[in-house]
Amino acid sequence: MEDYLKTRGRIFDIQRYSIHDGPGIRTIIFLKGCPLRCRWCCNPEGQEWAEHDMLIGSKMRHFGEDITVEELMPRIIKDEFYFVRSGGGVTLSGGECMAQPDFASAILHACHDLGYNTAIETTGYQKWELMEKSLPYLNYALMDIKHMNSAKHKEFTGVPNEIIHENARRFANSGVSLTIRVPVIPGFNNTPEEIRDIAEFAASLPNVEHLHLLPYHRLGEGKYEGLGRTYLMHGIEPIKQEYMEMLLDAAKKSGLKCQIGG
Amino acid sequence: MRKFNTTDIPRTDRIGRLIDHLFAKMPVIEADRAVLLTESYMATENEPIVKRRALAFAHILENIPIIIRPDELIVGSSTQAPRGCQVYPEFSWEWLEAEFETVAEREADPFYISEETKAALRKIFPYWKGKTTSELATAYMAPEAICSIEHNMFTPGNYFYNGVGHYTVKYWEVINHGLSGIREKVQNELLSIHAYDANYAEKHELLESMIISIDAVIGYARRYAVFAMDMAEKCSDPVRKQELLIIAKNCARVPEHPAENFYEACQSFWFIQQLLQLESSGHSISPGRFDQYMYPLYKKGMDEGTITREFAQELLDCIWVKLNDLNKCRDAASAEGFAGYSLFQNLCAGGQTTDGRDATNDLSFMCIQASMHTLLPAPSFSVRIWNGTPNIFMIKCAELTRTGIGLPAYYNDEIIIPALMSRGITLEEARDYNIIGCVEPQVAGKTHGWHDAAFFNMLRPLELVFSNGIDRGVRVGPETGDVSEFTSFDEFIAAYKAQSDFQIMMMVNANNAIDVAHAKRCPLPFVACMIDDCIKTGKTMEEGGAHYNFTGPQGFGIANIADALYAIKELVYEKKKYTLNDFKEALTLNYGKGLTPKAAQAATKNVVNDLISEGKTVDENVIAGICKMFLDGVGSDEQKAKFEQLLKDIDACPKYGNDDEDIDLFAREMAYIYTKELNKYKNPRGGIFHAGLYPVSANVPLGEQTGATPDGRLANTPIADGIGPRSGYDIYGPTAAANSVAKLDHGIVSNGTLYNQKFHPSALAGIEGLQKFVMYIRGFFDQKGMHMQFNVVDRDTLLDAQKHPEKYKSLVVRVAGYSALFTTLSRSLQDDIIARTEQMF
Repeated sequence: MEDYLKTRGRIFDIQRYSIHDGPGIRTIIFLKGCPLRCRWCCNPEGQEWAEHDMLIGSKMRHFGEDITVEELMPRIIKDEFYFVRSGGGVTLSGGECMAQPDFASAILHACHDLGYNTAIETTGYQKWELMEKSLPYLNYALMDIKHMNSAKHKEFTGVPNEIIHENARRFANSGVSLTIRVPVIPGFNNTPEEIRDIAEFAASLPNVEHLHLLPYHRLGEGKYEGLGRTYLMHGIEPIKQEYMEMLLDAAKKSGLKCQIGG
Repeated sequence: MRKFNTTDIPRTDRIGRLIDHLFAKMPVIEADRAVLLTESYMATENEPIVKRRALAFAHILENIPIIIRPDELIVGSSTQAPRGCQVYPEFSWEWLEAEFETVAEREADPFYISEETKAALRKIFPYWKGKTTSELATAYMAPEAICSIEHNMFTPGNYFYNGVGHYTVKYWEVINHGLSGIREKVQNELLSIHAYDANYAEKHELLESMIISIDAVIGYARRYAVFAMDMAEKCSDPVRKQELLIIAKNCARVPEHPAENFYEACQSFWFIQQLLQLESSGHSISPGRFDQYMYPLYKKGMDEGTITREFAQELLDCIWVKLNDLNKCRDAASAEGFAGYSLFQNLCAGGQTTDGRDATNDLSFMCIQASMHTLLPAPSFSVRIWNGTPNIFMIKCAELTRTGIGLPAYYNDEIIIPALMSRGITLEEARDYNIIGCVEPQVAGKTHGWHDAAFFNMLRPLELVFSNGIDRGVRVGPETGDVSEFTSFDEFIAAYKAQSDFQIMMMVNANNAIDVAHAKRCPLPFVACMIDDCIKTGKTMEEGGAHYNFTGPQGFGIANIADALYAIKELVYEKKKYTLNDFKEALTLNYGKGLTPKAAQAATKNVVNDLISEGKTVDENVIAGICKMFLDGVGSDEQKAKFEQLLKDIDACPKYGNDDEDIDLFAREMAYIYTKELNKYKNPRGGIFHAGLYPVSANVPLGEQTGATPDGRLANTPIADGIGPRSGYDIYGPTAAANSVAKLDHGIVSNGTLYNQKFHPSALAGIEGLQKFVMYIRGFFDQKGMHMQFNVVDRDTLLDAQKHPEKYKSLVVRVAGYSALFTTLSRSLQDDIIARTEQMF
């Protein structure tokens, strides 16, 4: 057995039949731990590296499972019929999948060798030389650009944005198909100017064609309660469709193919 | 150049008007057929039965009132009122008389019945006392089988009360050669037989009866020709006048003569489809591979420029509407099992040719379009999918699925063809299969499949294991021993198998009794004209004249049985946490939970009757007290706490539907207990029994007759739908559930399986959504799954899910890039999603 299959990492969920996150029918592997603390994060159970419980409804569920790639693969292979038929495959998400660079690269390697399409969803906040390890096995990357102003970025996510923007450019140059995603968050980046700036940055990246605007939603709120944490976005209403359309028009001025959701 | 013309064709205004007219009022029961039938029967007492049937059919067709509804292009109605139904007292009638006052008020499939109709029927019903197929069937049945039916072990009610139906005749022969061509065949056969032949009497009578029937149908069409001509003469609207003149011309020509164009083929098809359903009350009389046998005249018309694609589409739409004009009133209990006024006229598109090439053609697409234009329950529209099915065809099908009408049903050639071949059908014929009724595959024009022969409740034998074969104080199954003495799981399974085997035997007895009763009392000479080898053998289908003969009763509850037996294996024999007695106590007391109001009422009645029979006085307070006890749940607090823990432990056991190989393969083995055992038996027509696995909608009413089960299912609650997982217990999404279902052996289930799923519209949004949906089906079919159909949940369903979250535990909804179980979301979020659902396309 090859060494990379022995690589161990920590996941907190597997979601099958994912059809809105890249080509074909996909299985998403959620890797645990994230260096960012976005206030709107809808997967707060993925933020901490440590394992813990979370109350869902009336049931306590454990989050965090240490597993080797070799052990993980049978769970991915279960949907091979659908990957093969649909041109789908595996998406690594999180948490921040690039926070476990060796594990992420090893999963992608194993999936790539089986002919599955591979993708990551990333904040881009990681040393480039660690992210780079995944490139040979990666077909597609979905990367967030949340704000062009580093101070504001740090205020709402806990980290500055310079390294993210650099990595976006490196990704774009690497030949991996890259789509830029923008979580549109009330009070953070939801003015037409802020969206336009992000879109212009994205348009300046080589090979980037698509920009997805993801409207803020409240799906994560219940999880904060379940974790005994305070939801800092409490009381914030979802953005109205008409307003999103207006932001979409602002983004489209960049020349990119833009869409709401994705 | 494109291979298919898939351009959308707009719906004409006529179709909307036809539909509005059809559905303006509640359907009506009419007495004409029953009265005419009785008149004829009374006049033919001494004739052979098959001739009496033909003469009665002819008498009906000569005299039943006819009508052409406004705007119709295809004509032929069995009732004056739209969607009305006739009465078939030769099969059964007592239930109808008993339900005269309630049939208009009942929840499932109500029918209006006028006082005049009641009076007319009351007059003729006494004649039928003792003369029906259902009475003769009962006389033929073993007493133990009757007992099993009374105890709801299985339900053969369909053919017990009604005609058998469930066939596809050689429509193409009528279209291409006319009934006159078939008449000639019958005549030639008559000339070839000899007075000294051993089967002369039977065969001669049948052949003569066939000619009577054929002439009756030709005469009926001529009545329509005259009627249309009269209407045309009186019609002041020149456009409609012209339409009526063409209708008159069509009816003068078909079905007697070969159809010369597509329009005539449509009319010819329709008369056959309509009149087969006037000959007998059997349902699931299925048009079959309509896109195949209708194609040559369509193509000829298009090539010659004598028909436009738009007009051909309008004619198809008219047929689709007409299929909804036929109706059938069932007894109240059956109506619940087949809810939705459905006649299961299954129409098929796509698939392969007999020589194994792709059969998809332009008409296949127009069939999809017709269902899109009409959005009605009939026809039950099926599509055949194989590895060579073009994606564009499946994508168009997915567009129809997306409308939320639950059509089409998708069938997998790659497993159905070998399954049929394993039953002795040739490769060429197996490639030509079509679907009958709900999900049952067979060879058109050659088969009397007796599909849908009975519902076999796989959970009832399990109840009998715990009661050692006793149900409500009566022995209905063998003695398999006291469960407290079982020492191994193998012993437990052996007991379940023994109980199941016995009920299978009883069901075979009941089916065969009903089978013989139909042959003796209601042989059908008209349908026999269009099924091989009835003319040659001189036997009706009922008497075994068809080339292929089967009986296909369907088991249901596989998910419950798998989960239940697995829970016993794990909790009693592996973890040794409970004894079988613990289970027995919990099941008897319904896990300490209250009964449903309906069941509590019934249980109270039983106790009160017992008390009265013991000579005790029972006042209203006592009755209320007993009823409250049943509603609250029986058992001490200590017992209830114990049951609560047991339910938790059962819940923690693996469940079928989650792509867990261990329990899925266990489910496969458990299904064999029904499917393999049934294969041992033969029917009186020289065919074998083979299994289906599907409950139609009977999982709900038959669940009401089933006590609590070891899977944690409470008494009287629904049993799992189809071969899918139990509602709410598949938690890893559609691919995991489908993989589980695919692990059953579909190949042995040659009478069909049914796998229903719920999808949120967002899963089919946009062209990408359609593509992924199609690939999902292909992925399931690659694993040799047999059938799939989909409910795309709409806003109303989500609203219902808010009200009854327990029914929708596994409903996944998508918002932006994220997914969630709908019922776990907060109310306000649910409201957000509901508000957006309708914009998902």
